[in-house]
Amino acid sequence: MDLLQNLAIGFSASLDPVNLLYCFLGVLLGTLIGVLPGIGPTATIAMLLPITFGLKPETSLIMLAGIYYGAQYGGSTTAILINLPGESSSAVTAIDGYQMARQGRAGPALAIAALGSFFAGTVATMLVAVFALPLTEMALQFGPAEYFSLIFLGLIASVALAHGSVLKALAMITLGLLFGLVGTDVTSGAQRFTLGIPDISDKLEFVSVAIGVFGLAEILRNLENESDRQVAIKKITHVWPTRDDFRQMVGPVLRGTGLGSALGILPGGGAILSSFAAYTVEKRISKTPEAFGKGAIAGVAAPEAANNAGAQTSFIPMLTLGIPANAVMALMVGAMIIQGIQPGPNVAIEQPQLFWGVITSMWIGNLMLVMLNLPLVGLWVRLLTIPYTVLFPAILVFCSIGVFSVNSNVFDLYTVAFFGLVGYVLIKLGCEPAPLLLGFVLGPMLEENLRRAMTISRGDWTVFFTRPLSATLLVIALLVLVLVFLPSIRAKREEVFQEEG
Amino acid sequence: MKNARIVAVVAALMAAAGFSGGAAAEDYPTRPISMVVPFAAGGPTDTVARLVAESMSRDLGQQILVENVGGAGGTLGASRVAKSDPDGYTLLLHHIGMATSAVLYRKLPYDTLNAFEYVGLVTEVPMTIVARSDFEPADLKGLIDYVKTNKDKVTLANAGVGAASHLCGMLFMSKIGEQLTTVPYKGTGPAMTDLVGKQVDFMCDQTTNTTNQIKGGKIKVYATTTKDRVASLPDVPTAAEAGLQDFEVGIWHGVYAPKGTPPEITAKLSAALQKALKDPLVVKRFADLGTAPSTEAEATPEGLKTKLTSEIERWRPVITAAGVYAD
Repeated sequence: MDLLQNLAIGFSASLDPVNLLYCFLGVLLGTLIGVLPGIGPTATIAMLLPITFGLKPETSLIMLAGIYYGAQYGGSTTAILINLPGESSSAVTAIDGYQMARQGRAGPALAIAALGSFFAGTVATMLVAVFALPLTEMALQFGPAEYFSLIFLGLIASVALAHGSVLKALAMITLGLLFGLVGTDVTSGAQRFTLGIPDISDKLEFVSVAIGVFGLAEILRNLENESDRQVAIKKITHVWPTRDDFRQMVGPVLRGTGLGSALGILPGGGAILSSFAAYTVEKRISKTPEAFGKGAIAGVAAPEAANNAGAQTSFIPMLTLGIPANAVMALMVGAMIIQGIQPGPNVAIEQPQLFWGVITSMWIGNLMLVMLNLPLVGLWVRLLTIPYTVLFPAILVFCSIGVFSVNSNVFDLYTVAFFGLVGYVLIKLGCEPAPLLLGFVLGPMLEENLRRAMTISRGDWTVFFTRPLSATLLVIALLVLVLVFLPSIRAKREEVFQEEG
Repeated sequence: MKNARIVAVVAALMAAAGFSGGAAAEDYPTRPISMVVPFAAGGPTDTVARLVAESMSRDLGQQILVENVGGAGGTLGASRVAKSDPDGYTLLLHHIGMATSAVLYRKLPYDTLNAFEYVGLVTEVPMTIVARSDFEPADLKGLIDYVKTNKDKVTLANAGVGAASHLCGMLFMSKIGEQLTTVPYKGTGPAMTDLVGKQVDFMCDQTTNTTNQIKGGKIKVYATTTKDRVASLPDVPTAAEAGLQDFEVGIWHGVYAPKGTPPEITAKLSAALQKALKDPLVVKRFADLGTAPSTEAEATPEGLKTKLTSEIERWRPVITAAGVYAD
């Protein structure tokens, strides 16, 4: 009963015409910046903060939230069409989505991403409404030891994520981990591998690295390979998913939603972690794992569902505890403070119209997004028919603007150029950039939590096995490792791989 | 004749230059001003900057745009401003880190005391000594005793080298004469998460971050680090009241301009700052953050200069004794 009452308060706030309008503006803007590679929700929300001064608190939060989850929809568009993840969380979508586009199935890929996201958004909104308070308590059980084990599991699992050589995947993860080391060591404050350059004394900027290894490298490769580009344009057969496509996406979307909702609540790389994890799970349980990396529908549906679910549930700790799980949530906290609302455990009680208004607006916003994005699919697909000589300078310009907008630092553009070259060399060597990026993101978190857990336990290694949650995660990691290296399974995979090839 | 003409032309040119310079300062500002915040958007310093910038914009008749140039403990943004044109169109809003980075970094790309003109102090955000909700000690005295007898078990969290919580923690350890195990985090958010989640024992952090968790009963509070009690936490004793003398730490914020900015312009900015600090909206939002605007005497170039100089001298021995460097 309480829930219905709360939802009623929420809908009365979110269905207010002004709020509806700003919700629409938010998701529209979110879609646009999601489509533009590099320009992320963080920079956009930061730039728009001053505009929200004059708005009512719930109106401004509804709009800002719309930008965030709207970007999750838009981010997959460029990932699928030009192998350039608009958002870091769509990095995995690029793997199979771009392959689908190259096979002329860009339309179905985009539609699947939008529908999967919508389903996930709907479920996650309900989860936020029902479980926001108890779930936050659960997330707090995650201490440094649990984080370490979770990230360890993520890294092990990502070995299975890459298709082809396990050795190359391991090498890429290690390279990513090493790049992740660049910057200030959190524990001692010492600088590592910074070469005396102040601009990287904190860390290498994620956006620059991602745009470099994914985007710039892809452009370089495309420019070299005239014939590849033509393929994508000629073979567009149909824009909408077939009945068979729908059948194939149901399971992955369901699993992606579940996984994304769970991982989104955790502080840190929630949305990114969810999409990577969802992809890995799908590949693991798939009857045709060899199809992954070659345009598998599950490889698009699951991570897209997961990142949207994760984006939504990451509001839980922010709304209920006032603790931001990522940079975007930190901006939301800032927006609330500017509005005179102290984010924290009291918001739900003192500001019910804001708390529930934002939650219900998420569902409305998702509905708007799916209505906005499905008709656009045809338009986006036609983007592929633009001559590449026109398209790639435009992409480069938008990437540069996006990267620059993060820190207003020209050095970040040099970083992009450097990692573009790195990415190009890796493509030439037949190495996947996805594990590199994963290692880059998770490496610092892994180290930080390992050392933090060890500090708190006073150097006692058993802490990872005596805490039940942590032990469970490590056991799962071990199982995954065994599966990867089990000769029979490997042999079977190689066999299938060859038959298909 | 010829010489006289040249002299006249030069004089005229100089007059023109002088005049136009004067006019520039007089008309200032004629275009939007950029206020660099050397930290990420959404953080406490960013919030302070945006509130003040909004109010000052109305007074100056030109928009002040907040630009986040994060990195290297705030020194990247400060160095950007130090190298900017001294025309009043690039300002810096920095906090206590302006003083402490002068000691924490052995090599800075700018000379802290000589690279800037001063506009004024903005606010001094109080700090609180807080602990996980089930931490045994009942009060600050109890905490000090407990920490001394259990120093092998206690963990003190902070938000990373050079962070406010790190400085306050260092001061606390030097006051009680003990070295404790510190657990550094990347920023206050994750540190607070682990404090609420009872993974670490205690920390010292700004009211901006702690007030709500305190009011929501998620963490325990021992004392504030202020001279007088904090208005938003009237039941919390000051450190002195709770038995720890000379433990005043505040995260003060100041506005700076590049060296060589004309005094007319910094005066204009100071006046706008002083007005903004009396703006009821700013006062109210500051109160929500658990802080108060600086006084009119502090919100002046001299006020800020005095603060910066004295703070560098105050933190130098603490940081040097702890042997911590950020580079």
